Amino acid sequence: MLIGYFTERPYRSVPEDEVFKNRSFFGLSNKFFDPVKGSADYRYYIEEYRYAEELGFDLVALNEHHGNPFCLGSVMNVEASVLAYATKRVRIVLIGNPLPVLKHPLRMAEELAEIDLISQGRLVTGWVRGAGSEQFFNNANPAYNRELFNEAHDFIVQAWTKPGPWRYEGEHFHYRHVNPWALPYQKPHPPIWIPGVLSPETVRWCAEHRYPYIGLGTELGPTCDLWDIYADEAVKHGYQAGTENFGYLLPTVVAETDEKAQELAENFIFGGGQNAFALPEYAMPSGYNSKTAIRMLAKQPTGAWLGVSGDNLKRLSKDEERGGKVDYSEVKKKLAAGLRRIEGRLQLIAGSPKTVLEKVKVILRVLRPGVFIMFNVQGAASNEERMGNMRMFAQEVMPGLREYGKQIGLLDAFQKTPGSVKLEAGTKRASVNEREPLYELGLYKRPEQRAQA
Amino acid sequence: MTTVKEENMEAAGAQLVVVKGGSGKPLLIFHDELGYTGWMTWNEELALDRALLIPLQPGFGKTPRLNWVRNYRDLGGYYSQVVRELKLDPVDAIGFSAGAFIAAEMLAADPRIFSHLVLVGPMGIKPEDGEIFDVFPLSIRSHLLATMANPEETPEFGKIYGGEMTTEQFEAFEDARTETSRLGWEPYMHDPSLPHLLRGIKTPTLLVRGTKDRIVPQGCIDAYRKALAGAQAASIDGAGHRPEIERPLEFVKIVNQFLAA
Repeated sequence: MLIGYFTERPYRSVPEDEVFKNRSFFGLSNKFFDPVKGSADYRYYIEEYRYAEELGFDLVALNEHHGNPFCLGSVMNVEASVLAYATKRVRIVLIGNPLPVLKHPLRMAEELAEIDLISQGRLVTGWVRGAGSEQFFNNANPAYNRELFNEAHDFIVQAWTKPGPWRYEGEHFHYRHVNPWALPYQKPHPPIWIPGVLSPETVRWCAEHRYPYIGLGTELGPTCDLWDIYADEAVKHGYQAGTENFGYLLPTVVAETDEKAQELAENFIFGGGQNAFALPEYAMPSGYNSKTAIRMLAKQPTGAWLGVSGDNLKRLSKDEERGGKVDYSEVKKKLAAGLRRIEGRLQLIAGSPKTVLEKVKVILRVLRPGVFIMFNVQGAASNEERMGNMRMFAQEVMPGLREYGKQIGLLDAFQKTPGSVKLEAGTKRASVNEREPLYELGLYKRPEQRAQA
Repeated sequence: MTTVKEENMEAAGAQLVVVKGGSGKPLLIFHDELGYTGWMTWNEELALDRALLIPLQPGFGKTPRLNWVRNYRDLGGYYSQVVRELKLDPVDAIGFSAGAFIAAEMLAADPRIFSHLVLVGPMGIKPEDGEIFDVFPLSIRSHLLATMANPEETPEFGKIYGGEMTTEQFEAFEDARTETSRLGWEPYMHDPSLPHLLRGIKTPTLLVRGTKDRIVPQGCIDAYRKALAGAQAASIDGAGHRPEIERPLEFVKIVNQFLAA
């Protein structure tokens, strides 16, 4: 089992009131960006990832968003390049490059190969379709999002593996001379993991390609459903999915006491938190999601990622109410209550080491992921607070998790090759999750109870 | 009341759903980027002495998407094939908003395809001044509200969009917006070469715009008039982007006068 570290790298000097007034992080004017403070944050986050290595995390994870103080990683590959040289042991996991909005897959193949070479084969590369707002920021046609994703992916893998030079005339991309000189250190290419927020299409695609899927803090019930979709699709491709096919990333806060951890966890609702990432109209551009995905997202209550949640979907028809006077103290109270609800559903875990260990163990038991990634706080938390969280997790929670992972047989994608367990046609697949704890904790009703209701 | 029917036909090598109503000389209608609204007052009035043909745009739910159609010029090409195959040309036509963009592309490619052409709140040419309002970063409801100058005082607005949005309506809008995005995302709802291709065309053309149109600025009308030197223009006072729904009788009068000329 691998244990990783992730942060969104928030720009910590953003005025919270301005985010509230804007009702989202995306779209806030860059007149609020201070280059001196921004520089300090960028340099600090590099140090923070180095600290994660020092503390014994197995991997450091980076992501990318554009035009958004929520995440400073607007060109993630730049940070990954620095880390490739500045770290010695950890795997550098990119979750992920937003292929449809980058528009130049050959350049992407070159950049990633360089990172893999500089890091001497420690790159794990992931692809995403890009949040809705990224489509607007990069003027990437959302109606072609899936096509662009698929074609860019196929092209990059070919660029890494098919000796050049060759010519490429595709549907969306065209290259006269494909012959990237610098090829990846790892053969045939760096491992590919795909992060996601409940798109069944993406999950099926992952299963088809035998790529591990990393759930990004998604609600446990729908995440179990998704694991089943993956495993069912894996059967169609002749293999049994297992812990090596799954990963899970979770907002995690550890402090000396439950109370102190709760206080620190409040940083996750800074400016409105995840659901204020972008307004719904930016989060759901036309054509970005399939009808199936829209229906599935609509079922999800609050607490989803990046502004895409059932509540926000309903609010799609109420956004003209915007612009009236808002009492921010009331908003903060509601956000705090929302945070408690999210914690109640185990989509965020905050507490003393003992509390966190027990709760994360429940998640490991339910989802059986080969990779668990801790997500540090958002907001304006200080360097000391952030590093304190990491240190306590690494020293007082991680050993117990490793032990538990071993006990319940959680193997990661490096210990066991995803897709390596063949399944004969007609054989019933094994379970890839365990819902029992969700019923025991009262988070969900058992199927028979639901039927009775 | 006119009998209105939906006909599923094979046209130009593809399946096409066409709404038909009325009798008389054919009048071809290109609906806007939100899709066909259903039979409204303006349809009823025009159908008194015309046979209305309203093709439902491919990809908008009922007519299957044509994957080879990647922009409004492609779509205009497809519709031109349909018009020729049905031996409708030269035909009188009205295009609304993005539907006007389609019609303008058809006109540029073949000036003889239309006998008269009415372009209402036309997209398709970059405005001389101002911008075509970006309808993509909007919720459906905000988009609908932005199309009318005064939705509360537009009885037919409630008829089309009143009540809670059903799942089916939501999906129909998403289909329409997806296909519009596919064809018109970049450059946004215009084609830089269209004004050059329209130069010198003499086909009788009427440009209509509501004076309170928030979607298409007057600059679009000015740009069309520059490209089509002989085009006439009419303003509908107080109407927004959908004068046919906001001021149906005035709209029909203007159109009928033009078509009769």
